[in-house]
Amino acid sequence: MSDAISALNHAQFTGFAEVEECGLQGMITLRGDLTSKPLIAGARTAGGRDGRDGKMPKMGMAEVAISVADRNGVCWMSPDEVLVLCPYDKVEAQLMALTTKLGKTHALAVNVSDARAMFRVSGGTAAREVLAKLCPVDMSPGAFKPGMFRRTRMAQVAAAFWMDDSEDIYIICFRSVAQYVFDLLKIAAQPGSQVGVY
Amino acid sequence: MSTRIAQHGRLIDRNTPVKFTFNGQSLSGFHGDTLASALLASDQMLMGRSFKYHRPRGVVASGAEEPNALMGLGTGARFEPNQRATTTELFGGLQARSQNHWPSLEHDIGAVNTYLSRFLPAGFYYKMFMYPRAFWKHVYEPFIRMSAGLGQAPTDKDADTYEHFYAFADVLVIGGGIAGLQSAYSAARSGAKVLLLEQTAHWGGRAPVDGGHVDDKPVDTFVDELVSELESMPNVTMLTRCMGAGIYDHGYATGYQRLTDHTPGTDGPRHRLWRIRATRIITATGAIERPLSFAGNDVPGVMLASAMRDYLVNHGVTIGQRIVVVTNNDDAYRTAICLHKVGVNVLRILDARPAGGGALMQEARDIGIRIDPGRGIAKVTGGKRVKKVHICAQDGSGGALEELACDAVAMSGGWSPVVHLWSHCGGKLTWDRDLAHFRPDATRPPTGSDGSGFTSVAGCANGHMGLGDILRDAISAGKAAAKEAGFKPKKQATPQSVAADEAPLEPVWLMPRNARYSLRMKTWLDFQNDVKVSDVQLAAREGYESVEHTKRYTTLGMATDQGKLSNINGLATLANALNADIPTVGTTTFRPPYTPISMGSIGGEARDEIFQPIRRTPMHEWHEANNADFEPVGHWRRPYAFPRHGETTHDAVTREVNNTRQHLGLLDASSLGKLLVKGPDAGKFLDMLYTNMMSSLKPGRCRYGLMCSENGFLIDDGVVARIDDDTFLCHTTTGGADRIHGLMEEWLQTEWWDWQVYVANLTEQYAQIGVVGPNARKVLEKLGGMDVSADALSFMGWADGVIGGFNARVYRISFSGELSFEIAVAASQGRAFWDALMAAGQEFGVMPYGTEALHIMRAEKGFIMIGDESDGTVIPQDLGLHWAISKKKDDYLGKRAHARMAMTDTDRWQLVGLETTDGSTLPDGAYATAQGVNANGQRMTQGRVTSTYHSPTLNKGIAMGLVHHGPDRMGEVLEFPGIDGKVTHATIVNPVFFDPEGEKQNV
Repeated sequence: MSDAISALNHAQFTGFAEVEECGLQGMITLRGDLTSKPLIAGARTAGGRDGRDGKMPKMGMAEVAISVADRNGVCWMSPDEVLVLCPYDKVEAQLMALTTKLGKTHALAVNVSDARAMFRVSGGTAAREVLAKLCPVDMSPGAFKPGMFRRTRMAQVAAAFWMDDSEDIYIICFRSVAQYVFDLLKIAAQPGSQVGVY
Repeated sequence: MSTRIAQHGRLIDRNTPVKFTFNGQSLSGFHGDTLASALLASDQMLMGRSFKYHRPRGVVASGAEEPNALMGLGTGARFEPNQRATTTELFGGLQARSQNHWPSLEHDIGAVNTYLSRFLPAGFYYKMFMYPRAFWKHVYEPFIRMSAGLGQAPTDKDADTYEHFYAFADVLVIGGGIAGLQSAYSAARSGAKVLLLEQTAHWGGRAPVDGGHVDDKPVDTFVDELVSELESMPNVTMLTRCMGAGIYDHGYATGYQRLTDHTPGTDGPRHRLWRIRATRIITATGAIERPLSFAGNDVPGVMLASAMRDYLVNHGVTIGQRIVVVTNNDDAYRTAICLHKVGVNVLRILDARPAGGGALMQEARDIGIRIDPGRGIAKVTGGKRVKKVHICAQDGSGGALEELACDAVAMSGGWSPVVHLWSHCGGKLTWDRDLAHFRPDATRPPTGSDGSGFTSVAGCANGHMGLGDILRDAISAGKAAAKEAGFKPKKQATPQSVAADEAPLEPVWLMPRNARYSLRMKTWLDFQNDVKVSDVQLAAREGYESVEHTKRYTTLGMATDQGKLSNINGLATLANALNADIPTVGTTTFRPPYTPISMGSIGGEARDEIFQPIRRTPMHEWHEANNADFEPVGHWRRPYAFPRHGETTHDAVTREVNNTRQHLGLLDASSLGKLLVKGPDAGKFLDMLYTNMMSSLKPGRCRYGLMCSENGFLIDDGVVARIDDDTFLCHTTTGGADRIHGLMEEWLQTEWWDWQVYVANLTEQYAQIGVVGPNARKVLEKLGGMDVSADALSFMGWADGVIGGFNARVYRISFSGELSFEIAVAASQGRAFWDALMAAGQEFGVMPYGTEALHIMRAEKGFIMIGDESDGTVIPQDLGLHWAISKKKDDYLGKRAHARMAMTDTDRWQLVGLETTDGSTLPDGAYATAQGVNANGQRMTQGRVTSTYHSPTLNKGIAMGLVHHGPDRMGEVLEFPGIDGKVTHATIVNPVFFDPEGEKQNV
């Protein structure tokens, strides 16, 4: 297979917060009955979660770990959809495993890794402020906490994001608007524009 | 003269002088000055010219309500017109220019309008410019265009950036005066999250100027303590220079924060628009003093009494040496006393009330100021500066009892609560007879989704004018808001303040009461728009009874200040003229924003590269590097053509078509919609969505399909590939991808919720490349990896495989009539795959082609294009697509509509080909004319052009069009007049111009 390159190939920007395109990330859209056992087990396993735990993330939540060693997770997208995260080079294998687990269960599982771009915004409360300039979401520490997941709008395009334990924020958007989202994040993080409310 | 004195000046720092220019002249003020106070300190009273009559105007107010002192600020990329000098903080290097005059502020040709004033009465727009008709175009319109508008429009692109910020609060308090601070504190003590906005750079509002004591402390100390208390509370956010601009439904409010207006050129955005969701909102927006209506009340040097006090206390500036105070209430006495104490000669207080005022009057009298009760001003004389007042009895018609030389007049007509924000979202008002003002009616607040009020009012804005009342009101508003937001308010002792004994105000809507006409036509109501008492009275005589109509007819309360000073006086004048009560006349509608906010702040980050999201395919950068001439298709930018050095776009298109037909072309088709439809009911679902049968499609095969709306009109088309028994991949048009995806979800979620189907939009998962032309197979075979022979992959088939090391899905479909493969690879490998095809294709004459070549080649083949041949009124049957409409199916979206009379009517225009008789190209959108004229006297038509191109393949103009009975009229010649008057003749022909047998694609 030829080398795959993410939309912005790890582009970076440093303002009052750090912005970085995260490179390729495996993503599987899974639609179905989120209470179905095969679906839960399949999603958790493909998303690198403990399969025995047997729970889907609740509305507005995600169970994600993105690190050098780990790029896995399951995110709640809608009452009949979750997003499964896995390493990019494992996505076909995980999809296969998931499909096997699903068996005859009516569901749709499909690789969407290449349809997306992912960004990380870091800098603690600064990262929160960058997001609050672009998304109609209460980003104050009391309202948005690690483990939460939002599908929302970022300026004029659809976006979703979650926060990890170190309060870095990970954003997913469509690949075609990766440059737009990066430019948005750059202007929102421009030096001298810190709001200082959190 | 106006000048700086040694006393007072609580907001200025006399150790920090600041240099600035006004109309090119260098002047100096202090840090903490506003532009207005700095100009006044330099004796620059004249600050602009009025809109209609170009009358000399000075500053009349000290805050957001200022109608006169509008300036053009800055230069070049930082120029901005119509900025109020009263709310502009002074900074080093500030450049201000006065507006609406030529050649100069001092000498203005336009002032001649004042002598034409009897030709410019109320409604002159509507009266003057009607007749003679021919004058409109050549005389009136050019004249209006010349004189319309106050400031100059900026010519350079704005150098600054702007942004939005989404904030959430339990209680939003608008206004950082004493009421706002106290409400915020009372709300915050419950633990509620409080956001407090103040439009100026300072907390406390008017209280420190007006004075008084709270709990035996001077009020400014009380304010300072309250501010530090609030600053220490973690649940309180305080913003200065942030005006509450508007209140909207569902507790949504906007705050307009001016971040660097006072420090231009520093890092960061200039303005930030706060987009706030609050559970409860308190407006503590204070009150605005009203002018009095007497002749010459617009002469520079006539100023609101409170403003005169502001300039003295805040900036240490006195407006004159010999001052007359005219009032109908006690508050103006504070100004007189204040001025007297710093040594200004207060010549007289003219109190329109026969009995005068209360304790404050006594205090003024005790310090030796002469007070004339029952008196008013008949007129003020002086051109660019007050010279004299003519004193009269208020209860008369203006016979002067005495003339008094002076250089400034302080006027007060009472106070009007700032009810704007309360009213924005539907809060109602009540007329307070005692104070002669409208104040919020607490029983009729703006209501939220639960039907209860979400906004309340505190302090002066609520009609409470005494310090003690204000604080009591603020505490109760703060506690109530916190409680309604779900918090438990804490008990709190009410700070005590002893109010001075004030005599009641007497409403004065005209001074003197029975002023004669010559005075009334010099008595200004609206300074900004030059509307006088006589204008409103004329409007009433002419039948304008509604205040909204009168506003439009006279221009009262229009333009940038929206009548902050003129509203109440204007509608009282109207009420008097109509012999009606003021509350029955009512107010005009208050709409956001409170004062004008910058267009930049509204746009926020959306400018330049991110004005709109541009969607880019994985090959976008290659296209840019190869000189693509882009066209917008939805939010995508698709290459229209790839002109080479020295080529015109037309040349490039011709080359691209010829090369694709003769050798090999590559098309970036990545933007085409790709919707995955999966489930046991997927076939049934697609049979409903498409007009033709999809459930019978075999895995591995493709079928072209049409989609119609419920009304039968063609809405999209594309190729459907069956992936397996349960799964289909539907290609849509580029612009249709999101729309059709939404349509599918809507039907599945609302009507066919029990069908077992899921849809996913995979449009961006794949880079899709059209490999087109006689050499298409050769290049794929050279790259190698899968069998793409005609036997292995026949026309309208698809297969998964590997090409040149890339995992690919190959569709053997053709929109050009050539041998064609559309190949999908993972988007992340799209660019690499494109590069591989370009490299391998060199020996086969590869060239990329753009959308125009695509369009020409499909037109040569007679293929329709959604958006060209369809326009929302066209059904498939109009386009000769009966073959794509299943007759076997019980139903599909649009089937019922297709049976309607209007759809089966044989008079519907039908698709045909059009070939010009001289080989030229038909104008796009041209109509074929018929005999006769319609009811509007227009030529009858019998058809129109839907697509037209010069065909490089056939070297002549080809077109498609919809023609009345078209398919039955082959060979007839139609006339198409162009907009240049030239008539083109075209013969009706078969729409398939090229390779009708399909021999080229089936190889």
